[in-house]
Amino acid sequence: MPEPQPDPASADVEHGSTGRRRLGLLFWASVGWLGLIATLAATADWLPIPDPTRPGVAPARQPPTLHHLLGVDVLGRDMLSRTIHGARVSLVVGFSSIAFGLLVGGAVGVLAGYFRGRFEAIAMGTVDVLLAFPALVFALALVSFLGPSLGTVTLAIGVLSIAPIARIIRASTLAFAQREFVLAARTVGARHRRIIVNEILPNVIPAAVSFALVAVAVAIVSEGALAFLGLSVAAPTPTWGSMINEGRTVLQDAPHISFVPSAAMFLTVLALNFAGDSLRARFDVGEGRL
Amino acid sequence: MKPVLLDVAGLSTTFPTGRGPLIALDDVSLSLDRGRTLGLVGESGSGKTVLARSIMGLLPAHAHRQGHVWFEGQDLAALSPRDLRDIWGREIAMVFQDPMTSLNPVMKVGRQITESLRHHLRMGKDEARTAAVDLLDSVGIPEPKRRADEYPHQLSGGMRQRVTIAIALACWPKLLLADEPTTALDVTVQSQILDLLQAKQAERSMAMILVTHDLGVVAGRTNEIAVMYAGRIVERADTATLFAETRMPYTESLLASIPRVERPSHTRLQAIAGRPPDLVTRPGGCRFAPRCPYAQPRCAEEEPPLLPAPTPGHTFACWYPVGTPAGDEALARNTASNEASNKAADRAADGR
Amino acid sequence: MNARYLGRKVLLLVPVLFAVSALSFLLLNLLPGDPAIAILGPSATEQSVAALRHDLDLDQPLPVRYVRWMGHTVTGDLGRSYVSNQPTVEAVRQRLPVTLELLLLSQLLALALAIPLALLAASKPNGLLDRASTSTAFAFLAIPNFMLGVLLIYLFAVRVHLFPATGYTPFHDHPIENLRAMALPAVTLGVAELAVYLRLLRSDLIATLQQDYITMAQAKGMSRNHILLRHALRPSAFSLVTAAGLNLGRLIGGAFVVEYLFALPGIGSLTVESIFKRDYIVVQGTVLLVAVGYVLANFAVDVLYGVLDPRVRHARATA
Ligand SMILES: Nc1ncnc2c1ncn2[C@@H]1O[C@H](COP(=O)(O)OP(=O)(O)O)[C@@H](O)[C@H]1O
Ligand code: SF4
Ligand SMILES: [Mg+2]
Repeated sequence: MPEPQPDPASADVEHGSTGRRRLGLLFWASVGWLGLIATLAATADWLPIPDPTRPGVAPARQPPTLHHLLGVDVLGRDMLSRTIHGARVSLVVGFSSIAFGLLVGGAVGVLAGYFRGRFEAIAMGTVDVLLAFPALVFALALVSFLGPSLGTVTLAIGVLSIAPIARIIRASTLAFAQREFVLAARTVGARHRRIIVNEILPNVIPAAVSFALVAVAVAIVSEGALAFLGLSVAAPTPTWGSMINEGRTVLQDAPHISFVPSAAMFLTVLALNFAGDSLRARFDVGEGRL
Repeated sequence: MKPVLLDVAGLSTTFPTGRGPLIALDDVSLSLDRGRTLGLVGESGSGKTVLARSIMGLLPAHAHRQGHVWFEGQDLAALSPRDLRDIWGREIAMVFQDPMTSLNPVMKVGRQITESLRHHLRMGKDEARTAAVDLLDSVGIPEPKRRADEYPHQLSGGMRQRVTIAIALACWPKLLLADEPTTALDVTVQSQILDLLQAKQAERSMAMILVTHDLGVVAGRTNEIAVMYAGRIVERADTATLFAETRMPYTESLLASIPRVERPSHTRLQAIAGRPPDLVTRPGGCRFAPRCPYAQPRCAEEEPPLLPAPTPGHTFACWYPVGTPAGDEALARNTASNEASNKAADRAADGR
Repeated sequence: MNARYLGRKVLLLVPVLFAVSALSFLLLNLLPGDPAIAILGPSATEQSVAALRHDLDLDQPLPVRYVRWMGHTVTGDLGRSYVSNQPTVEAVRQRLPVTLELLLLSQLLALALAIPLALLAASKPNGLLDRASTSTAFAFLAIPNFMLGVLLIYLFAVRVHLFPATGYTPFHDHPIENLRAMALPAVTLGVAELAVYLRLLRSDLIATLQQDYITMAQAKGMSRNHILLRHALRPSAFSLVTAAGLNLGRLIGGAFVVEYLFALPGIGSLTVESIFKRDYIVVQGTVLLVAVGYVLANFAVDVLYGVLDPRVRHARATA
């Protein structure tokens, strides 16, 4: 998984700006889109839409009509239903792989940034080694050798997200571990566990969340790329990446087959990037390329 | 008759901020003749840098400047950016405060000199190179040929400041603006740099404005001194006059804070109590009133104008000037009431 | 730059190369069941399975296998395809030029556009052009390359027949046709790079333009363009070199997808085809080569950075 790019724009020097930036309309629009997609994906089985794997609900490649709002695909399957069910795979892989990465990478990062010393040296050395890999190529290799499935794709992307997450979290832990309130807690002899839970985590979490949102976007794109190559969840289960791939041979007569899942994925990725960047600006965690 | 070299008239500079306009420079006028040196003194934040930059016209895009800057009879404030660039570096040059940051870290120092020479004086490559090495030599850099091919970080702070001076001197400017050229340097090299500036100024009979927050620095090195406070010039005189006939209480406070060699090192300098006013929300009256030991009710109401003193060339802005009967009386009154209130406070404390 | 700096970098290379090789080696062990059967398929004869097990040293303990495998690898033997019998190294040699050309063209394209755009944007921060290019870059970053590729094919191969949708002509056969075939793939791959470089360079330039030495250059009377090009761009060039190195990982991943999409006979499509054919030895070999290539390229960038940036160069020399 490629490392998400921090947003350099939020490091801009602004004259006369006071306080934190407010979260704007676009942020809430992004949250709204993500909420909508997530709700649809979660309730897909109860929605009044055809079975996404049932072929021939309409003549193959039919463009959008009143009955099939987003048209049907090469096998005559309903595109709206496929797009909604495809969201499941994208969201499940995106969020669970990054949750896994956050759990492992976050723990390593916090402990390394807090305790420093030999643990930090070893952990960060390992992270550097892991970061020296071309991520998507390794995800591809892992998935193809393990056999593609929801589990292996999630695992591969999750494992590859550990190193960049550990790096970011360590940096932001470092920044807080040196602050007065933490040093004060340490000198009065508070337990490490208490300090980490009460002083460090509340401060590190905003940075982690904003970074995680961008990381979820990268994970969704990575799953999409694997699915596009035919290396994600097996057919006939719809995924956005495989739907885009299925449509590309019929671009001439039925461009909607590629474009509908493309639009869904684009908006989702954009919304995640935007929400992550807004939060970063909001919490002033744009310390740049850590 | 030739017009005076520099004549600044009614110069004001404001910066828009989130809280409203910040008046960094408020109606400043001053003039300077060829070959003369003016010391510009004031606490940090008093507007010295803004004044120097406003004279050049080298301000951030969002700054708003009003007034005139007559340079050899030409109003710089009316020039286009393109025409100004022919003045900058060639007629007026600037030395910045921090030599660690004012040189380009990825450009050889020789190149940083030759680019002015080639641009302004249309020198060829080799000619500029020779001139640059000579310049480095003339500002006291050993092995100038080798140094010209080095990068700034290979030089010490003092050496770097010598380089920026060489850059400033490259095109024989008529006016040099030196903005706290020694503030960022080691104490041991400070006087060397000041001596160098003084020597170059005399040798080229170039006019110079030497900006500093330390009256001690300008004491022996300038013809005249202007004292700034909160964006205004509050006193101006020949150097000797200013020291001998200080009128403005702020100048007096600055004088009291000069480190003196003859003082034992453990005596604490008398720093001026309080802080300069906020330039966005400054109330009317004398800007120094909240900190002034001479302040009277009138001071908070009316701003004293900058008026001439009996000594020619001496001007100051104060209602109760130091060393005059009015000032002495004001100071005495304040001392008496301070003692009274101290006693009252003591009594209150005893009674408890 | 001195020998110690170089030495340290080389030392760092050792664990990375070890990890890369070990992981590539272990890939075979991830195969469910007997790797030999996984490779040869369920219909293989017992004889051929036994032969392959012997070839792959599957009867040996893991460390021995690794050492033997490394022995083959460093002598340039990456095994061979069990589908076509072609040695992996040979297949890679045939396909490498295509991938390299694709990477090079996309990087050149991205840089050729990013540098002038960033200069224009940074010279007037928050101006119209700056805001337009910043938000366009933001949107481009949200377009996965496979999606962009499909869109470009639709626009410039299906609707307007400007470029071929798929296919490849070697450069020495027909340079123009080669570039025509490479145009859409290079754009597909380059757009995200363009967006990354543009954002990076723009914010770098804006930060640089706040520096005292820029004010100093202005005070010297240097022109706006001279300051942008001579004083501001040069320091940023170093972060650009670093970013180019780091981006290479994503770029290689992207090349796999783009080669597959445009049917370019490069390393990426070799890998993907081999995955489909269950030709796992070839997959293992290409993954190893790509990973090692990436690590070495990053090493080269690191060294280059040390050579180029005088601040790093002398900091090391004097340290
Ligand atoms: N670019 C700017 N934007 C806003 N305020 C500024 C800017 N530059 C200077 N100021 C304000 O102008 C005042 C004078 O600053 P300056 O001239 O730098 O003081 P000095 O050089 O005497 O220490 C200060 O209050 C400072 O905050
Ligand atoms: S006018 Fe008043 S407050 Fe101002 S300096 Fe003079 S005595 Fe002090
Ligand atoms: Mg200053």
